[in-house]
Amino acid sequence: MRVFLLHEDRDFDPSPGWPEGEAALERDLELPVIWNAMAGGDPFVYEMARKVMFSSLSSDPQTIHYRQAVLKDALENPEELRRLYALTLEAMELEKKARSWFYGRSPGAILSRSLEVLQLYMGLLRKLRERAKAAAGRFRSPGFCRLFGTLQEELDEAYLRIVEEDLKGLRFPQGVLLGARLGKGLKGAGYTLLRPNPDRRSWLERILGKKPPSYSFQIPPRDEGGARALSELQDRGIDPVARALAQATDHILGFFTLLRSELAFYLGCLNLHEQLSRLGEPTCFPQVSPQVELSFRQLYSLSLALRTEQRVVGNDLEASEKTLFILTGANQGGKTTFLRSVGQAQLMMQAGMFVGAEAFRANLCCGVFTHFKREEDPTMKSGKFDEELGRMSRIVDRLTPCAMVLFNESFSATNEREGSEIAQQIVRALLEYGVKVFFVTHMYTLASGLYQQSFQGALFLRAQRLSGGQRTYKILPGQPQPSSFGADLYRAVFKEPLPGT
Amino acid sequence: MRAFYSILWPGEPFPLASGMPPFFPDLNLDQVVEGLVAGREAEDLKPFFYTAPLSLEAIGYRQEVFRDLEHPALAEAVRRFIQGMAAMRDHLALAQKLYYPYQKASYFLEAVELYVQAVRGLARELAQQQPLSAGLRGLCGYLVEYLGTEDFTSLEKEVRGLREGLGSVRYSVHIRGDRVTVRPYAGEADYSTEIEATFARFRQGAVRDYPAKFSDWPEMNHVEAQILEGVARLYPGLFARLVALYTHNSDYLDPKVATFDREVQFYLAYLEYIAGLRKAGLPFCYPQVGKDKAVAVRGGFDLALAQKLWAEGELVVQNDFYLNGQERILVVTGANQGGKTTFARTFGQLHYLAALGCPVPGEKARLFLWDRILTHFERGEAAGDPRGKLEDDLVRTREILTQATSHSLILLNEIFSSTALEDAAYLGRRILEALSARDALGVCVTFLEELAALNEKTVSMVSAVSPEDPAVRTFKIVRRPPVGLAYALAVAEKYGLTYARLRERLQASSGTEGKP
Repeated sequence: MRVFLLHEDRDFDPSPGWPEGEAALERDLELPVIWNAMAGGDPFVYEMARKVMFSSLSSDPQTIHYRQAVLKDALENPEELRRLYALTLEAMELEKKARSWFYGRSPGAILSRSLEVLQLYMGLLRKLRERAKAAAGRFRSPGFCRLFGTLQEELDEAYLRIVEEDLKGLRFPQGVLLGARLGKGLKGAGYTLLRPNPDRRSWLERILGKKPPSYSFQIPPRDEGGARALSELQDRGIDPVARALAQATDHILGFFTLLRSELAFYLGCLNLHEQLSRLGEPTCFPQVSPQVELSFRQLYSLSLALRTEQRVVGNDLEASEKTLFILTGANQGGKTTFLRSVGQAQLMMQAGMFVGAEAFRANLCCGVFTHFKREEDPTMKSGKFDEELGRMSRIVDRLTPCAMVLFNESFSATNEREGSEIAQQIVRALLEYGVKVFFVTHMYTLASGLYQQSFQGALFLRAQRLSGGQRTYKILPGQPQPSSFGADLYRAVFKEPLPGT
Repeated sequence: MRAFYSILWPGEPFPLASGMPPFFPDLNLDQVVEGLVAGREAEDLKPFFYTAPLSLEAIGYRQEVFRDLEHPALAEAVRRFIQGMAAMRDHLALAQKLYYPYQKASYFLEAVELYVQAVRGLARELAQQQPLSAGLRGLCGYLVEYLGTEDFTSLEKEVRGLREGLGSVRYSVHIRGDRVTVRPYAGEADYSTEIEATFARFRQGAVRDYPAKFSDWPEMNHVEAQILEGVARLYPGLFARLVALYTHNSDYLDPKVATFDREVQFYLAYLEYIAGLRKAGLPFCYPQVGKDKAVAVRGGFDLALAQKLWAEGELVVQNDFYLNGQERILVVTGANQGGKTTFARTFGQLHYLAALGCPVPGEKARLFLWDRILTHFERGEAAGDPRGKLEDDLVRTREILTQATSHSLILLNEIFSSTALEDAAYLGRRILEALSARDALGVCVTFLEELAALNEKTVSMVSAVSPEDPAVRTFKIVRRPPVGLAYALAVAEKYGLTYARLRERLQASSGTEGKP
């Protein structure tokens, strides 16, 4: 019995990531805002959203299409999805009765408890099968169709009957028969539970016939140690059966747990979708492009929309075969927000989710990294510049050629000349390696230096500023300009003209 | 053939040192020995490592045995023998301790069986592998004789018979309430596999297992003992023979075999200790040991440090050194934390290990057979009364000068470092002059650059820094006049983030990961 709602051919198994990189992504792209919207108050859903997003960075297009189909089913059948999820929660309640209880108990105790819990699980499995039968016609994705099919096939009534018979037969009314051999130090070893041979002799043979040699003894009534020793011996024999049954309960629980985990992700998507619809924000299922590409219409930052609870400015872009995006222009002009919207959409696309845009098409990246300027770092041991370089170096250790790196005001902890030189060297090496680079910078030396190299794959973007100094938060193509508009900001904040202007 | 005495000594053994030689801590040889004997505490191997034979014959004898044991097949054979003997001792101890007679006899049977197998196995492997060393050839001859004796062969036969008999016993135990019945096994079917088959459909990959905790003490409880009594009644002849074996064979262990078992661990301990380093690419070599003071080492390193770094996933830096003609004393100066002390230790360790007959850390080595090693290392203790400390330093140095002969090895590390510069220079010069007069061999680590060119016996060596980034220590000690130094930091280079370094790094990683 398999769930397989996240992968066509395997269980979801979050790959061990790179904690430092994930923490940076989380913080720089404001991912918790998105996960909170997905969770709708359920911390388990939050955790699943996080895990799926972070472990989907090596996804293939098939998996993305597979998930998109499952997600479309979920968005079309919200009530049914929530009911299935609720059923898995019932199984989790049973877990409390079983799993933690088994550990360290004697086989005899485990056996009788397993018999009891399995009885209850059988009821739950019957319910799940019935629900699958009822929902079958309304779900069209291969993922859901396969799941519902298996449930009906593997949990057919005939099989469930056999199981229930076996559960009854394990009470041993005739006593327990164990087989053994002589082990180390002549202690009994290899205890196995035996099914007694049927006695085919007639009653006369039984009385008169030759008996096989045997030796019997009895534990005296007051010999408590002896009674304990005997029951331990018996436990050795029934241990494999007890383990098999305890494991069967775990397997069933494991199935429900996986079902819950994988449904939780889609439930999270459903929750997010409902919130965005309420805000009137568009969503779309992204297209995976086989070539290097990044094109979108009205892409916005989900975290900004969710945080401010209103529609926010979206941006458009058409860029094929571009691997270097340099963003310059006005402070507070929306550069960081733009960078975030790109990172968020990339991660969500790779997880198989919809994205916050009217349309979105991009190639897959095998790793998204952020290198944002840190305002302050409480754990900082060395200088700020040292810290930036150290962080960069650790990213380099994990880079693969098709990765994406988002820089935000990086290497500006030293003077502009040195910072620009180092940044240029790094960007050059990354581009040659095949990495897609986004770089938000106010260092004119860097931006104009890269501009003058007129590199084919480069696209220069600028935060728009109207002639009155007003910002539109639109990011448009445009070459770097020497000023970073700090003066505007100063004026806006201090409401006074700059001295000397 | 010469009579076989011992795998450590070509003739009558020397008396073993009872304690650690005084220079061990300075050279970190105490750490090395702790590492060497780790896991073999029961064998009490330390005295072997504390006792350098100081005889060229013994060094040669041991080097030969080492070379033989470098062959994996031979080492494996000896290791199996040692494991067998250790297991045998464990079983004997248990046989002593247990209560029920059948159990005692059974553990004794197993001990004898392990012994027979261990000795037989070792003899067979030695005959097959044809060792070249006088030591192992001597042992091989001895074992052939021993295995042919009537005592040994009849013991072996009885052990095998009993083992087969006991191994084929099968019985069943029926438990109903408080009544237990023991019978021979009558072909009943296994019930658990039937149940497991029914529930196989629910399998979901690996889940937690619930292994019951059964006591697996060797001891039996009285219920088990009663069941065993029942089994013994089902097979009376077999159990009588078992008891007879136990009663009549208490003196089966041969004394020379027992001694070999302990002594050969000197070799195995050392080879195992260096195996990881070798795998990581660090060389070890058999030094040429003699009375010539023109020592020369290529790629030597500090064994204790190498182990420590290797455990942390790093490789120790190797260094070369040599002495020509009149040269006797290597004077090491240069950057702090640059590997100077390590260098002095390396010099001392190589000489000590060579005198033990061991392969030494390095690619190639010609070393001196010393009569004593004398060290004085600054320990960096909080300087209390500077005058008292200077006095202690001088007392210790005087002792060294009294003991030193022209065959001694002297290692001085940063002595007088807490003394006023002028005093330190004066004292340092006087002491090196005294050592030169003795014609002793040694290393002197010092911050006093003027000592480096004191006379024709001193050679200057310097801890080098990287030319590209002076902040990076190379831990290389090179023959060069002293340099005063300290440059600025090249930060991006340090992080490997210049264009050139990045290209290198990314190329290297794409070789292993590739495009997914």
